[in-house]
Amino acid sequence: MLYALCFLLFMIGLYCAVVKKNMVKIVFGIMIMEYAVNLFLIMLGYHFGGVAPIIDKSQFDPGTGQIAGSFLNNSVDPLPQALVLTAIVIGLGSLALMISICIRTYEKYGTFDITQIRRLKG
Amino acid sequence: MTVPLPIFVAVPLATAFLLPVFAKRGKAVATVLANLATVSLLVMALCSIGQTRVYEVGRWSIPLGINLVLDGLSCLLLLAISVVSTAAMLFSVRYMEQYTAKAKYLSLFLLMVGGMNGVVLSGDIFNLFVFLEIASIASYALVGFGCGNEELEASFKYMVLGSIASTFILFAIALVYGNTGSLNMAYISKAIQGSGLNAGLAFALSLFIVGFSLKAALVPFHAWLPDAHPSAPAPISAMLSGVLIKALGVYALVRVLFNVFGISVSMGWILIILGLSSMVAGAFLAMGQWDFKRLLAYSSISQLGYVILGIGLGGLIIAQGGNLAWASLAILGGLFHLLNHAVYKSLLFLTSGSVEMSTGTRQLKQLGGLAGKLPFTRAACTVASASIAGIPPFSGFWSKLILVIAAVQAHFYWIAAIIVFVSLCTLIMYLKVQRYVFLGELPENLQQTKENRGSMLVAMVFLACLCVLMGLLVIIPALRNSILEPAVKVLTDGLEYSTKIIKL
Repeated sequence: MLYALCFLLFMIGLYCAVVKKNMVKIVFGIMIMEYAVNLFLIMLGYHFGGVAPIIDKSQFDPGTGQIAGSFLNNSVDPLPQALVLTAIVIGLGSLALMISICIRTYEKYGTFDITQIRRLKG
Repeated sequence: MTVPLPIFVAVPLATAFLLPVFAKRGKAVATVLANLATVSLLVMALCSIGQTRVYEVGRWSIPLGINLVLDGLSCLLLLAISVVSTAAMLFSVRYMEQYTAKAKYLSLFLLMVGGMNGVVLSGDIFNLFVFLEIASIASYALVGFGCGNEELEASFKYMVLGSIASTFILFAIALVYGNTGSLNMAYISKAIQGSGLNAGLAFALSLFIVGFSLKAALVPFHAWLPDAHPSAPAPISAMLSGVLIKALGVYALVRVLFNVFGISVSMGWILIILGLSSMVAGAFLAMGQWDFKRLLAYSSISQLGYVILGIGLGGLIIAQGGNLAWASLAILGGLFHLLNHAVYKSLLFLTSGSVEMSTGTRQLKQLGGLAGKLPFTRAACTVASASIAGIPPFSGFWSKLILVIAAVQAHFYWIAAIIVFVSLCTLIMYLKVQRYVFLGELPENLQQTKENRGSMLVAMVFLACLCVLMGLLVIIPALRNSILEPAVKVLTDGLEYSTKIIKL
């Protein structure tokens, strides 16, 4: 169910990026897509009642190197969180570049409407 | 000599971030540093020919940490990237004097090179995505570098489609991770062999195909390319058409299809159809163009079709359990064409830049009779045109010949016929370029045109010599066995990639 909602969010972003005529709305659409994917990655690692994947001393036996079973069963998967952090930074970089190009284009053409920004053809 | 693999990524990235510091002491210092970086990358790529190595970043053992893998296919792409970037960087020394902020340009250029090297060396699928984004974002900025109306429009279009492609790829990576529990390509491949292709993985595979085809600008995903490539400065057009679409699109697609998921009959057909539609549509659209660089951009789509067609044909034969020697020949043709196209298409874009710098226009109808005024540019352009059209002693002839032989051998006569037909179309479009740019009457306003000398000339002559000599790569067995055969072997081995990497 949650995955379906997440996919719906992705499709809303794709629709927005493909159909809208305003440059800023297209940028929003792409960002919604990116956040839908980030959300999906987080959900992959999460399960209900999960705990943060940080071991405290009581759960780790330094003699045998064993980790308590309760920790292994309850903690969420930390890897997708690391991936999402990276993806968010990448998304920030491309968002900044996209918005700055939108601003420069607005200065040149005086409009955000992509139907009026059509010098390149053929 | 063994070069540590992270050097290929570290040198361009470190130089890129150092350049703004040195730029305060003058543009000359920054330019020399950037050229040193690309030349040293070329030397290191030449030193690592024929090696297969795995490097574990930070000494984390393979499933835990990121690993870099150098094998035949990566090595082929590394060579193409370093040759084209060396030539384009030399060319920019003079060409970029027309623009401001040269140090920023050089930084972005090196970031793009670092990103591409990372993509071809990465053995970890998320790491591949990160490097792909580094290269893509640098290229979005470089396309809009001129900040004119058309540049900004093209850059925005490119960026929207590029970002959608990246998001698709990230989504596919998330699905693969959810289904296999690993991000290492070798481990993913093992897990898929164990579990088979379930619905989630099949969806991920289709997302990968769409995402990487968008990056590679295969028809019907090509809409951004004819705007983006002509709008960039000429050396960047050479980089984008010459290697970026190959490293980010073709290489990544082929790696994922052959070595991670394993090629199947339907995927082979998908590649063949993408290749054929790109070849035919690209050639027809290119013939109707009157803008020099736009014509070259459409022709890139058409030529990339050959590469995908050759590899797809080989994959289809492997998946059908056919003769492995036939499959190897088809893949050899595709990969050799990839290398050839990198060289001659970047040379063509550099000559178009030279013509544009001398005359101030790139509209074919406003040019003409430049053969006497630009003798060296003309010679370089003729060599490159002869190569791309497949005139015998030049490089393009050999790869097209191999593709035709492979198609006939595998009894796909209609594919061989289409290859020959598209070659004829290519010949027509480059005769058009020769006729309207270098022959005919010299217009009044171009009487004062002067040849570009110095670094631009050196870069063009370097690539033109390569165009003439590249045929030796298949004719001389020693060269073929050290450069092309290992790359073909990586693809024909397919899923054995995983056992090789884990064991190594």
